[in-house]
Amino acid sequence: MVSLSDVPLTKDRFQTARAAHLWLVLLLVSVSVTSLAVGASGTSLWGAFAKILSGQSLSQMEKVVLWDIRAPRLLLGISVGAALAVAGAVMQGLFRNPLADPGLVGVSAGAGLGAISAIVLGSTLPIGIVALAGNALIPVAAFFGGWLSTIVLYRVATRGGRTSVATMLLAGIALGALAGALSGILVYIADDRQLRDLTFWGLGSLAGATWGKVAVAAPIILLSILGAFTLGRGLNGLALGEVTAHHIGIPVQRMKNLSILVVAAATGAAVAVSGGIGFIGIVVPHLLRLWTGPDHRTLLINAALLGASLLLLADVISRVIIAPAELPIGIVTAVLGAPVFLWILLRRRGMVDL
Amino acid sequence: MLIANDITVQLGHRTILSNVNFNAQPGTVTAIVGPNGSGKTTLLRALSGDVDYSGQVLLNGCDTRQLKSWELAAERAVLPQASTLAFPFTVIEVVRIGLQSGTSGETDSVAMQALNLVGLPHYANRFFQELSGGEQQRVQLARVLAQVWDPVLDGTPRWLLLDEPVASLDIGHQLQIMDIARNFAHAGGGVITVMHDLNLTALYADSVAVLAHGSVLAHDSPMQVMTDAILSKAYECSVKVNTPPPSGFTYLLPHSAGLATVSQDSL
Ligand SMILES: Nc1ncnc2c1ncn2[C@@H]1O[C@H](COP(=O)(O)OP(=O)(O)OP(=O)(O)O)[C@@H](O)[C@H]1O
Ligand SMILES: [Mg+2]
Repeated sequence: MVSLSDVPLTKDRFQTARAAHLWLVLLLVSVSVTSLAVGASGTSLWGAFAKILSGQSLSQMEKVVLWDIRAPRLLLGISVGAALAVAGAVMQGLFRNPLADPGLVGVSAGAGLGAISAIVLGSTLPIGIVALAGNALIPVAAFFGGWLSTIVLYRVATRGGRTSVATMLLAGIALGALAGALSGILVYIADDRQLRDLTFWGLGSLAGATWGKVAVAAPIILLSILGAFTLGRGLNGLALGEVTAHHIGIPVQRMKNLSILVVAAATGAAVAVSGGIGFIGIVVPHLLRLWTGPDHRTLLINAALLGASLLLLADVISRVIIAPAELPIGIVTAVLGAPVFLWILLRRRGMVDL
Repeated sequence: MLIANDITVQLGHRTILSNVNFNAQPGTVTAIVGPNGSGKTTLLRALSGDVDYSGQVLLNGCDTRQLKSWELAAERAVLPQASTLAFPFTVIEVVRIGLQSGTSGETDSVAMQALNLVGLPHYANRFFQELSGGEQQRVQLARVLAQVWDPVLDGTPRWLLLDEPVASLDIGHQLQIMDIARNFAHAGGGVITVMHDLNLTALYADSVAVLAHGSVLAHDSPMQVMTDAILSKAYECSVKVNTPPPSGFTYLLPHSAGLATVSQDSL
């Protein structure tokens, strides 16, 4: 037998992942500052800072741009980016596959259908419910849409604790198509005012960020992300299969229910305020697994941080690349994310489970 | 003490186990043998609470159905017949997954000691999926050992439930793994292991349960159970059990005439 001291733990990825928390916080802070500083109006963040420090008051223009436009956009970007990345990571853990992603397998489409239903059919609801739900009506409807599609998907793709990747992806395509078709019908019957709402919503953009949207989406997203952070050990166990997860003491059914809830809530809230923004949920966890390994206890935290940073970065790019006009952010994430996704597929081609 | 009372398991309208009574003592190795499809894995799954059954399983005096999964996990670890792994975990990470927390120095050293026990300490940082089948099996065993590292905790024996732990191992590692199981039992823990190799069973088991067609044919000491009559009936083929003279060297191979040979030098 080898003496244990002879065996150096050359690279303990857990330590690396812990250190990564710090690096990613620094990244998020710097991207956030950039996001506040950059914009079409040419208002200078530094100029405003200097004014505040020297006791001068800000001009009306500066107040509006920084406080009413850029600040909510920043917070919404952080929330949506973290939500999409964490939802992706949880879903991949739940399906035991790195290709599962709310955008890819129809969960976002289901959430979108929920949101569109709320916009178009919301007025037919009893006035009491509408008043009660208020601003939350669209996110809540998006949540139920996402929740329903996640459950259907899980039922179809998973048998006896094993998920078939092919079934999952194909069922996702079918669900996405169905949700898309139903959404199309709703758009067809929508009146002019609703159509305007729909176009705004469907842009897949943070451009419409308001404090109202932040107030609705951020708490839901924060709660679901905190919920996700409790899933780390459980998702690690699930990597060994449901039966083994039970053997090592994980309440499997409860954990799966919570995972589905988290995915639906995070995706629903994100889709409700920003439309469909793709690839964050698949690219972020994948990059992190390459860097620090698949341990979900650190992966989920890092995914929230990196997801927020990357979405903000994509938002900054979308604002400056054709300034003064804006590119929808979904285009930016797709252009950056799709090649990464194809690269993942290429690398995995030789593996048995794909 | 692990006691299973009147266990009946039905899967898809088929009765897999009917009215099985089974028990195992801490401090001993209990082997479950029997032909393919006789219900060994199903019995182990009932004992570990993975399958619906009628009847009752008492683990250290508690009905396992009343225990939470983490309470069960503190008292027994299970090595399944086949295992899978999603995501590129390293060997040491796989061993740590079964532990309550993988950060403190103590759990870390338990994981390393378990790897050391199965002879794979230098594989700690390799990717699990890149290992050979037998190596993966040994890593899974290390994971299971780490989960119930102390055979007795606070006066309560802990249990290893192993489904064919040596099925894909070479003869040297078969002996190594069976030694680990025996040491665990001799330190006060309980070991229940499904076995196909009757020679190893004779060598290591303190008691043997023979399953056939979903019922227990016999359950007693190896000397009582491993007879021509019982084994031939269970396996539905003619089996010859040899008991060489005390000084004699044991032979392991079946007869070319189709007779299986079982050594009993350890009995
Ligand atoms: N999920 C299931 N549904 C239906 N029948 C099953 C199921 N699992 C097992 N069986 C049947 O139960 C019987 C016993 O299976 P079990 O896995 O317990 O056998 P075993 O004794 O462990 O066999 P082996 O030596 O091949 O591992 C087999 O006939 C098998 O076909
Ligand atoms: Mg079996």
